[in-house]
Amino acid sequence: MSLTVDNLRVYYRTLRGDVRALDGVTFRVEDGEIMGIAGESGCGKTTLGKSLIRLDGRMRYIEGKVQIDGVDLPIADTGAMDAFRYRSVSIIPQQAMSALNPIRKIGRMIEELLDSRGVSYDETKPELSRRLRLVGLDDGVLDRFPIELSGGMKQRVVLVLSTLLDPSLLIADELTSALDVSTQKAVAEMLVEFRDRSFVKSTLVITHDLSILYQIADTILVMYAGKLVEKGPSSELTAEPRHPYTQLLLGSLPEVGVRFNERRLTGIAGRPPSLLDPPTGCRFRDRCPLAFAKCSEEPPFVEVEPGRFAACWKASD
Amino acid sequence: MLRVKDVSKVYKTGMFGGSEFTAVSGVSFDVEPGEVVSLIGESGSGKTTVGKMILRLTGVTSGSITFGGVEVSALRKSQLRGYYAQVQGVFQDPFSSYNPVFKADRVFELIRGNYLRGMSRSEWNGKVRRSLEDVGLEPADVLGKYPHQLSGGQLQRLLIARALLLDIQFLVADEIISMLDASTRIDVLNLLGDLKARGLGILFVTHDLSLGNYISDKTIILRRGRIVEMGATEKVFGDPRHAYTRMLLSSVPQFGHKWEKLEDLDLSESDAASADMRPGVLDEGAAGDLLEVDRDHFVATG
Repeated sequence: MSLTVDNLRVYYRTLRGDVRALDGVTFRVEDGEIMGIAGESGCGKTTLGKSLIRLDGRMRYIEGKVQIDGVDLPIADTGAMDAFRYRSVSIIPQQAMSALNPIRKIGRMIEELLDSRGVSYDETKPELSRRLRLVGLDDGVLDRFPIELSGGMKQRVVLVLSTLLDPSLLIADELTSALDVSTQKAVAEMLVEFRDRSFVKSTLVITHDLSILYQIADTILVMYAGKLVEKGPSSELTAEPRHPYTQLLLGSLPEVGVRFNERRLTGIAGRPPSLLDPPTGCRFRDRCPLAFAKCSEEPPFVEVEPGRFAACWKASD
Repeated sequence: MLRVKDVSKVYKTGMFGGSEFTAVSGVSFDVEPGEVVSLIGESGSGKTTVGKMILRLTGVTSGSITFGGVEVSALRKSQLRGYYAQVQGVFQDPFSSYNPVFKADRVFELIRGNYLRGMSRSEWNGKVRRSLEDVGLEPADVLGKYPHQLSGGQLQRLLIARALLLDIQFLVADEIISMLDASTRIDVLNLLGDLKARGLGILFVTHDLSLGNYISDKTIILRRGRIVEMGATEKVFGDPRHAYTRMLLSSVPQFGHKWEKLEDLDLSESDAASADMRPGVLDEGAAGDLLEVDRDHFVATG
């Protein structure tokens, strides 16, 4: 077992009170698994990713337990977490390509990064070159500044450098979102390649784009308003979603072949609830066409059939 | 209605404008009333520049853009106002299109001040209400609110409603739903479909092939400033002839059929494309003339 998350709650402090961005999530990721975390903006997917590596100043740990390879991850203690960062948990944050230091050459920057972990750059260099070649780059990039690289090249550099110490868990947050379709495909497939070559044990791919997850993830976890909504093997979940939210979300995605004149898709009316003071019961209830009286009680996130989990009173029907 | 003919745009770059960068090269197409035309391209393809030239936010280097037979670049100040009463644009980021200090509906008042000064208050209010209804907004939900109180979808609809106040005939919609959430973006896209039924011509600029396929009658695939393929949407998507179009289509992630695995991770092709986008490295003659391969289906030679 690579990662287990048990009833994790992380809130954001604001002047108007706590925003319950991540409100009790429980799941596990197996060794070698690529799990996609999908949802719309504000669903808590990025908060989940960040919680597993570093809580920023506004984030407040409330409760919950996280284990990586059977060891407790001290996520509330930013000092103690440092021993795990990069070595066992590594993150590619949103807009990672603009996170590269613009006044350092790529090689120098990697050297500094390894230095900070007490790892020798010279000893790592052969492996670094090998991995750069694997993603279609040569050693030349090490002597270049970030501005000299295209978006896709930068994303590949970031992917290589964040996995250089073979972390147990890689968190990739919207890694492919800013890329053109052709580059997006290449970078997404590299995530699979890195897993296949055991550069990382397991990967969390955070994205709003379910169709990318269908391509590369083994399982998909769908979030809504700080809670888990549904989880299952990616091909099953996208083919036969069990939760009404997932069903409506998938139904609103235009695919090549679907035309407005022939089949009009519809979105989901309304908007997600405010997480400052979220409603009790199912948080999707106000927008849900199937909502009934029982939805004022919170539905548990349970296994509705082997391998398929959903938090909906009607999901097991 | 709108005719773009052999339009090019060359930017001067470098210190003292010493080098040149061709952003758009020899692009021609027409948009008729009630037609949605998708302009699809990757970053650096020049798709936004084409929209900007139509809106006269930037000039053309050569070629002509005519609207209703009138040359757009020749319009003088007073005529330009008349042009903007018929042609408007909506852009990608609804959050930065508004001044956060003012209420969001101020964009309507600006229209009134600029174009419809003579209109009575009650007539104006009725017009605002109607155009809000046209874009599926409840006036009470949005009027008198600040931008931060509204969702991206609401803000984007307000901008479309603003354009509709002018009884426009042509809309440049540049990546208007890219920043919206999946569950609300399709409704904004459907709105464009409904406007088209009322005779509005729309240029839908996007990088997203599935969105272009969904909404448009005609599709133009742009690469490095040139048209590589153009025609009826069902032909371009159903029977893509250009290698580049095929490559794009095969890269789109789709449900129910997995990507073909890359043989090796050689990305020299896509790297070359991005390297070539740097100023001054545009290769001339990368795409040749357009050849009509089928009725209403054109493909670049070479």
